Amino acid sequence: MADIKQTCLHSHHVSLGALMSPFGGFDMPIQYAGIVEEHNAVRNAVGVFDVSHMGEVRITGPQAERFVNHIFTNDVSTLETGKILYGMMLYPDGGTVDDLLVYKMGENDFFLVINAANIDKDVAWINEHAEGYDVSVAHQSDYYGQLAVQGPESEATLRDVLHIDAADLVFYTFKCVECGGEQVIVSRTGYTGEDGFEIYASHAVIVAMWEALIAAGVQPCGLGCRDTLRFEVGLPLYGDELSAEISPVMATLSMFVKLDKEEFIGKDACAQQKAEGSAKKLVGLELKDKAIPRHGYEVLQGDKVVGYVTTGYRGISVDKSLAMALVDREAGALDNELSVRIRKKVFPAVVVKKRFYKKSYKK
Amino acid sequence: MSKIIDGLYYSESHEYVRVEGNVGFIGITDYAQHALGNVVYVDMPEVDDEVSAGEEFGAVESVKAASDLISPVSGVVLEVNEALEDEPGLINKDAFENWIIKVELSDKGELDDLMDAGGYKAMLGE
Repeated sequence: MADIKQTCLHSHHVSLGALMSPFGGFDMPIQYAGIVEEHNAVRNAVGVFDVSHMGEVRITGPQAERFVNHIFTNDVSTLETGKILYGMMLYPDGGTVDDLLVYKMGENDFFLVINAANIDKDVAWINEHAEGYDVSVAHQSDYYGQLAVQGPESEATLRDVLHIDAADLVFYTFKCVECGGEQVIVSRTGYTGEDGFEIYASHAVIVAMWEALIAAGVQPCGLGCRDTLRFEVGLPLYGDELSAEISPVMATLSMFVKLDKEEFIGKDACAQQKAEGSAKKLVGLELKDKAIPRHGYEVLQGDKVVGYVTTGYRGISVDKSLAMALVDREAGALDNELSVRIRKKVFPAVVVKKRFYKKSYKK
Repeated sequence: MSKIIDGLYYSESHEYVRVEGNVGFIGITDYAQHALGNVVYVDMPEVDDEVSAGEEFGAVESVKAASDLISPVSGVVLEVNEALEDEPGLINKDAFENWIIKVELSDKGELDDLMDAGGYKAMLGE
């Protein structure tokens, strides 16, 4: 294992008294005031997350569009500059290398945002497959810091505290603005189910923005509530709901897999899973009891184990015990009655939609 | 610095026992509730269940994770704290006031294997 890394805001987290823990190779803040308080700040007002652990790769060159479309499941050929697509990079068997955002910066110019834990693997994967394409791959994770400002008051917070006018941005669009003497990327994106923004800039600018936001009373939020927030709106986390073994078709994310594209790595496997039905399927589960399903717990139909919990919580915005679970396809029909083994007992659960809480995006 | 009460018995896994006659009130310490954060569920045994010293008898769950409850003593469960079913966060408000189970002690000699307040304080390094 390589040494654990720190983001440019590490000392700020420590001085705020955050509970720190390793995540994706970085020593990251899990919580400051408490997961529930931070979660509610984002649902009801605004919160700021240090997500500088995320990785960034810039792909440019005459064949950049063709190359990105080769490694990415979504279709960038019709994407306009200033817009963003979510999708995956896949192995030939349909398993997921990573899920990511692709920003179109200009003609044949793309900015990829990848998961911290996958940075080394992804960069190697991208470089390996770039052979034979006339493209330039620049790994920029060490340059960029990233903040996520999330919640219904985030647009006003950007305007009043950071002096960034983002009212013109709709969901999944971005612009570059001048800030602290440099060009920073501001996008209307996030991982909470709420309206919000993500900002990419140099470490110095990210630190200055963080200090301004904290001084203005914006709630600092850790990865603890980032997970409860994304879970309640059914967003996947790589490692839980997507992995080398879990394809986007299994994770019911087929809308981000454009099978009508001419080709991309993993297309044939996804087309086959889509046509024949994948063996496993990601579903939502709601327990009648208050017991809490956790990652790895067995899911049963009668006495038979039919899958396992990928993420589970006692909801914060939804007062129920909930889980996402990867189960045999036949067991995963809506309203089907299953159960979850929690320590020594078995608790009844019903298959529900994974959107446990309604998203509030600015479309 | 967390609260530690004199006169209680403490385990290395951060449970306490308050003894009244032959009855033990078992809960988690203030240090433990603070380390867990918001308690959202307490998995408790049933009345008449037997618990054994050193063995798991339930769990306290924070938002993030489940943490096993290890019984510091052996005995039979006389009562579970039903208030925790509706309001598990009571443990965060006062962990010593809000015991989890009440046990008829089967071997008071087991108390000698536990720490007193001074010993527990030393273990926490406070």
